[in-house]
Amino acid sequence: MNRQRVAWLFLAPALIVLGLFFLLPVIAALALSLTDYDIYALANIHNLRFVALSNYWLLLQRPLFWSALGHTVYFVAIGVPLSMGTSLGAAMLLNSPLAKMKPFFRTALFAPVVTTVVAMAVIWRYLFNTKYGMANYVLGHFGVHPVDWLGDPHWAMPTIILFAVWKNFGYNMIIFLAGLQAIPIDLYEAARIDGASAWQQFRHITLPMLGPTLLMVSILTVSGYFQLFAEPYVMTEGGPLQSTTSVLYLMYEEGFKWWNLGSASAVAFLLFVMMFAVTALMLRLSKRGEGADA
Amino acid sequence: MNRHRLSGTLPKRSVFRVLLAVCVLAGNSIVLGSCAKAPADDHQLILWTIGREGEAIIKLLPDFERLHPDIHVKVQQLPLTAAHQKLLTAFAGNSTPDLTQLGNTWLPEMVALNALEPLQSQVDHSGVVKRDDYFPSIWSTNIIDGTLYGVPWYVDTRILFYRTDLLKQAGFDKPPQDWVQWRTMLGALSNPTQHRYGILLPTNEYEPLMALALQSPEPLLRDGGRYGNFESAGFKRVLTFYVDTFKLHQAPAITNVEAGNPWSEFGRGVYAFYLSGPWNMGEFRSRLPAAEQGDWSTMPLPGENGPGASVAGGSSLVIFRTSTHKQAAWTLIEYLSQPTVQQRLYDLLGDMPPRRSSWEGASLRDDPKAQAFREQMERMKPTPPVPEWERIATEMQLVAAQAIAGELTIDQATAKLDQRADTILEKRRWMLDHPQRSDAR
Amino acid sequence: MSPRMAKALINGLLIGGAVIALFPLLWMLSVSFMQPGEASSLPPPLLPAHATLGNYRELFVHAGMGTYLLNSLLVSTGITVLSLTFNLMAGYAFAKLHFAGRERLFQGLIGALVIPAQVAMLPLFLLLKYIGLVNSYAGVIVPGMATVFGIFLVRQYARGIPDELMEAARIDGAGEWRIFLQIVMPLLKPIMVTLAIFSFLAAWNDFMWPLIVLTGQEHYTLPIGLASLAREHSQDSELMMAGSVVTVLPVLVLFLAMQRYYLEGLLLGSVKG
Repeated sequence: MNRQRVAWLFLAPALIVLGLFFLLPVIAALALSLTDYDIYALANIHNLRFVALSNYWLLLQRPLFWSALGHTVYFVAIGVPLSMGTSLGAAMLLNSPLAKMKPFFRTALFAPVVTTVVAMAVIWRYLFNTKYGMANYVLGHFGVHPVDWLGDPHWAMPTIILFAVWKNFGYNMIIFLAGLQAIPIDLYEAARIDGASAWQQFRHITLPMLGPTLLMVSILTVSGYFQLFAEPYVMTEGGPLQSTTSVLYLMYEEGFKWWNLGSASAVAFLLFVMMFAVTALMLRLSKRGEGADA
Repeated sequence: MNRHRLSGTLPKRSVFRVLLAVCVLAGNSIVLGSCAKAPADDHQLILWTIGREGEAIIKLLPDFERLHPDIHVKVQQLPLTAAHQKLLTAFAGNSTPDLTQLGNTWLPEMVALNALEPLQSQVDHSGVVKRDDYFPSIWSTNIIDGTLYGVPWYVDTRILFYRTDLLKQAGFDKPPQDWVQWRTMLGALSNPTQHRYGILLPTNEYEPLMALALQSPEPLLRDGGRYGNFESAGFKRVLTFYVDTFKLHQAPAITNVEAGNPWSEFGRGVYAFYLSGPWNMGEFRSRLPAAEQGDWSTMPLPGENGPGASVAGGSSLVIFRTSTHKQAAWTLIEYLSQPTVQQRLYDLLGDMPPRRSSWEGASLRDDPKAQAFREQMERMKPTPPVPEWERIATEMQLVAAQAIAGELTIDQATAKLDQRADTILEKRRWMLDHPQRSDAR
Repeated sequence: MSPRMAKALINGLLIGGAVIALFPLLWMLSVSFMQPGEASSLPPPLLPAHATLGNYRELFVHAGMGTYLLNSLLVSTGITVLSLTFNLMAGYAFAKLHFAGRERLFQGLIGALVIPAQVAMLPLFLLLKYIGLVNSYAGVIVPGMATVFGIFLVRQYARGIPDELMEAARIDGAGEWRIFLQIVMPLLKPIMVTLAIFSFLAAWNDFMWPLIVLTGQEHYTLPIGLASLAREHSQDSELMMAGSVVTVLPVLVLFLAMQRYYLEGLLLGSVKG
């Protein structure tokens, strides 16, 4: 009745926007990935053909797709634990009753999060310049030979991971900090009376109490890190020797540089399927872990 | 005259600012839609440049605007690595400029999109752009299916840079004329144990192999660009020569990333030859110390039997179909095609002019190192005029790198290459076999 | 470990962390005032020998940074105002209005969060091409006019509003719009501020979509303009640092001024149902 209509009127603008500019394109992407949309189709839509799954099939045979996937998995597998470890460490420092000037440190550690990725990536390019970069200069004092951070195929991805950790750890730090503050103090006191070491306290109180937060944060971080794009775009342009070409970078090049929208959509969907699978796997494993604990 | 230009542009710009402010205040999607496109300036010509040329052209334009006070040119510089994407998205979004600089390997693609304006009638009536004055092969890269779509602006062909002193030390007075002589010299100049090689051919650059491949008497694609033709005897000989250079350790199997700074290594004599393009004239002149400037020179590519061909690369100037200022755009193309202006472009950037009369300028005529390019330009061959060529060339290099690594024999490599080229060309074959569809625009 | 040493260690680590976090930002600021070429010397200078505003002048006079700044302000403000309006309305409806299929629809929206936005980008470009919005401000703004995250945030917050307030107003004969505007909106003010900051920052920092949909320099936002400059002027570190300052400073200042709201929102958004 009337109340219903009012509710739908309130919903309409947002639902129309999301439906038209998100849901519809997602469905269209699935359809597009089954066609050979390319520059010929861009010139004239009659040149579009239905090709079933052949985009997917061809992709799976392309070495570049596999190497892009490899680089992305590398970035996620190293970057996420490193990033979360840093976040947790920083949060525990901030949560310590011994820490001084907490608001200042919290703001300072969080500042990189709100900055613009592109601008920060530009800065890092100079800080990690082989010849004049601050990184090599400082390391030089410790007798380390200059490293070609962004020009050496072996170092480019580690440098990007380092950048991503620096840029992002503050976000999870805030969430962990809230989680830590919610742990009752008397749990630690009881443990101390029982003679538990700091490590044991961390292992048996902090980690279990943070459990749900950790799971949620790791799932969000994993899906965020799978979407690696701006960093290689600005810092390395996918190079050197395509060693930093991520799946999304491949999608961007395939789609907007070569205008193979069909196969680019297939790349996007494969990424989606992979992210979904990894997230589901993480949820599943955590459930099993809980079951084992109980 | 200048006053007119100022009054023509400045107030409009501030009108635009006000419009912007209105958009902000309104904060309403319908208003935003109408604010979407900046108001077009009737006298404003938008020119896109790619890479280094943008900086130079800004210096050439004041003279043009003095001659044509009614035309104001707005230059937008695209970084080379982002240019292809910007051109295609601009076409898709109907926001192409009036004219652009366009690499001639991208020209077939833009023509396939029906994005470019045919220029034959303008050339027919032009007192400046004269076909016969241009090097024939560079002119022909602008003709697709018999129609002219661009005017060559500068030529980017590949030649050999070489160390005259090292050749002399090894007992060679003259640079090599054919592959046999070249092979002998490469062998004499290489000493891998001392980290010395005849030549640097980065294994991730397709241009050197492509320049050699074009020397093959057979075309690289057959049946009107429907299939790869890499299993032809000619290409097999080219690939054998190229791969042998690595197998004989006359070139290191490294990428240009691993090669790092090729100029100083060339200066130190790590490489006696370097197969590269015009921009390196400037690089070598600025990077090598004065004492070493007399020790290097340039030469056209040796061929299988006597002087060989090289690639007819470079950039053209093209006008977009959607431009509303085609006459003004052509006026600018004519200006940039004048020999004196092309000579200034050479002086600014080292871009080699595509017309013979431009080479009469003192800085080119009296420069023996530039003359090697002049000679090569009479012996250039265009790349196959299909939009897919760049992708095929990339595959060619990947397969060649596998052959260098010993993973494929020459026969296996060429067979694999033909197979990949045929896959890439599948859509083109289908298009050509369904002409009624491709013509229905 | 003695408490004193523990204290020194913890604070020492915090100082070290803060230095690492802030150093690139301070270095950027310092280099932006250096003379061209000054930063490319050994040892790398920390402070400008003779501070200059020349890089900023160059950026605004020749590199079109003023236009990019204006574009960024316009686009980010547009997205913030519109998405705030739409998300508030929808979030309120999900929290407080009754309609058939409410829970299922909401679950569906939350489920859509697992789909990465990039999946939609290719067809979205084609869609905007046919509407004629490619290379326009609207092309950037329109897809950002509503977000699942924003709706979720508002719903969580609005659920705390007592139903009695609205029932009382209905009995007094107030229309639904008046209830929303005069009773609900004032109560939602804190979440509005939070959401506004979030939207503005996200829009300001967004890269991939504007990169795709904006083809002409005259519409570039700051990140796109900066990335394009960085590819052309990679040698001019001083100029690029000044460009980074212009890009980052507005959001950094906004964050510092509104930190409390931002961090609250971050926590609220992370507590998933």
